[in-house]
Amino acid sequence: MSQESMIATDNPLDADQESALAAIVGAMIPASDEYSVPSAADPTIFADILTLVKRHPEPVIEALEALEALANSRHSTGFNALDDEAKAATLETFRQSATPHLRAIVSMTAQCYYRDDRVMASLGMEPRPPFPKGFEVEQGDLSLLDPVRARGRIWREA
Amino acid sequence: MAEQPVDVLIIGAGASGAAVAWSLADTRMHIVCLEQGDWMNPAEYPSSGRDWESRAFGDMAISPNRRGRPTDYPVNDSNSPIAVANFNAVGGSTILYAGHFPRFHPSDFRVASLDGVGDDWPLDYETLEPFYAEDDRMTGVSGLSGDPAYPAKQSVLPPVPLGKSGDKLARGFNDLGWHWWPSDTAVATALHDGRDQCINLGACTSGCAQGAKASTDITYWPHAMRAGVEVRTRCRVREIAVNDDGMASGVWYYDADGEERFQAAEVVVMACNGVGTPRILLNSTSEQFPDGLANSSGLVGKNLMFHPYASIQGIFEEELDGFRGPGVCIWSKEFYETDESRGFVRGFTYEINRGRGPVATAMTGMMSGRIPWGAEHHRAYRDLFCRITGMVAICEDLPEEHNRVTLDPELTDIHGIPAPKIDYTLSDNSRRMLDFAVERASEVLRAAGATDIISESPIAAGGWHLMGTARMGKDPAKSVVNEWGRSHDVKNLFVVDGSIFVTSAGVNPTRTIQALALYIADQIKKRLANLFD
Ligand SMILES: Cc1cc2nc3c(=O)[nH]c(=O)nc-3n(C[C@H](O)[C@H](O)[C@H](O)COP(=O)(O)OP(=O)(O)OC[C@H]3O[C@@H](n4cnc5c(N)ncnc54)[C@H](O)[C@@H]3O)c2cc1C
Ligand code: SF4
Repeated sequence: MSQESMIATDNPLDADQESALAAIVGAMIPASDEYSVPSAADPTIFADILTLVKRHPEPVIEALEALEALANSRHSTGFNALDDEAKAATLETFRQSATPHLRAIVSMTAQCYYRDDRVMASLGMEPRPPFPKGFEVEQGDLSLLDPVRARGRIWREA
Repeated sequence: MAEQPVDVLIIGAGASGAAVAWSLADTRMHIVCLEQGDWMNPAEYPSSGRDWESRAFGDMAISPNRRGRPTDYPVNDSNSPIAVANFNAVGGSTILYAGHFPRFHPSDFRVASLDGVGDDWPLDYETLEPFYAEDDRMTGVSGLSGDPAYPAKQSVLPPVPLGKSGDKLARGFNDLGWHWWPSDTAVATALHDGRDQCINLGACTSGCAQGAKASTDITYWPHAMRAGVEVRTRCRVREIAVNDDGMASGVWYYDADGEERFQAAEVVVMACNGVGTPRILLNSTSEQFPDGLANSSGLVGKNLMFHPYASIQGIFEEELDGFRGPGVCIWSKEFYETDESRGFVRGFTYEINRGRGPVATAMTGMMSGRIPWGAEHHRAYRDLFCRITGMVAICEDLPEEHNRVTLDPELTDIHGIPAPKIDYTLSDNSRRMLDFAVERASEVLRAAGATDIISESPIAAGGWHLMGTARMGKDPAKSVVNEWGRSHDVKNLFVVDGSIFVTSAGVNPTRTIQALALYIADQIKKRLANLFD
């Protein structure tokens, strides 16, 4: 089965949910001038995240509903209507709540952020798949085995 | 619809099905293998794409429940702290295996005599040795001869590179005066039998696009097929049928179009692994065999062994290999043999598994709280990236009847065949062994310079070794198959996969599964004239 065949066609998130999700992933991984990297809410990366959400929407939707409920219980209004300060405070409480569904968002964000060309370049990696070029790994020094050899046989007679 | 009868019908084209098919092929019998999965196309493996780490969470996940391909069957493992991992295709779970390729040790065949636990095997290391050697040639085992933890054995190819990670941890073991050695691996380090050499892609457990890792679709199967064995893919067996004499007469299966078919056979060989085989045997009920086929002992599905695993990883200040290189590297047998002063019987192997990729690093860091949200993310990430290495401890799991595979009363696959249900608990011995393994590994990592340790014990997703559910033995009341793999109850039915393990040892099982499959094939060939006596 190809990956594409697993992608559902309809966007499972409404506009409000998409914007809340962008706020979450942007708070998780903001842009950095120091490292020359974009935020996880950058349009290219966020579009990639949305394709993963489409494949497994349930935990993400549950996490977004939990965030919305938190905003409502704290501020009697939805998350997107909050000012920046209230949003940040709500997101911090949300992060600390460590709802299991948040793991899905962390996972999808990591999967998409750490395959972006700009991020790879900042890590000193070529923007390419492992195959077919492969990688170099040092052979290592097998004389390190000398003490193991010197100790002699350790297997048990049966 | 019925098909022409065949001489030998093998069910399952994984590690054991491939080995038994190849060995039996020189009899020139008519041999057919039914496999529920497809042929894989290595060019489509994840390491060919930028989303290579991601696909390990999707269509190449190790859990069949997560993968959910039409070729998979669901497994109800909700009553087990360890989830089942497998792959269903020509090559079976070797498509995803890491390629750690240790042999059992001589003591592993005699645990009851030596340590008073489990049972002795009805055969020993010397009996299997020629079949290990045969499997080593077919697989192209890489390693370094002279490991003092084993009787002498030759490697076919040079060992995999130590890399920065292996070098660092080797020094940690040396500091403590503990055993280590380059691992025996099923990864070709040089051209072998039409396979190219490893180029350190580091994605072995998602399929090897280079063809260096010895999955049986590229090792045994091409040879077996050239010798005349037929493999039919997308054929899922539902049950084995029996005739009035209590002999297996063939199998009922669903073909690629979902059509129900019957394949008659003189001999049926089960090679569906330690979960798939008991599932089909238990589903093969009849008037003669109301509790499932080959089950007069009541032991089909019982004594499931997984190998509880602990993962112990260190964080280092200097840059290491990260994900580059095969996940196999070096091993340590320091705590392999029983020493009761440790608080448990039997032992475990440490296997050093290099590092992790960019995505896995982020997930490890974020889930464990080492990488915070916000501006600090980037610095904290770089403190971990290519700076994690460590090991797993693979602990001997002892047979216990309450650890078992049964048929789920509700869950089925897409053909309506009951799914396997797993009931498994960790024994106190395993818990003590895991705790000990985490403590000692932390000492090695610190000796090697680790500044912080991350551990998981047991590894919840780590049910990749499936053993013991149709155990071999001489006594029909205490075992399912005899000492050469034939069912005690049904004299033309054989089991060759990990189900027949009597005990699990503290090593990965596949080299022993294949050596046993070759041994059983050899026994069949030697007894063809009176196979059913
Ligand atoms: C992620 C992962 C890593 C691993 N790493 C290692 C390692 O490093 N070293 C090691 O030694 N082992 C490792 N293993 C385990 C190794 O893959 C297995 O031990 C080995 O493949 C088992 O061989 P088998 O023949 O018993 O079963 P499998 O190889 O699982 O083959 C069984 C085959 O039977 C087929 N089948 C099942 N039921 C039916 C049916 N009803 N009809 C038709 N076909 C059916 C399946 O589709 C499958 O192809 C790993 C496994 C996984 C999943
Ligand atoms: S590291 Fe080697 S064995 Fe593993 S996938 Fe890459 S080429 Fe294959």
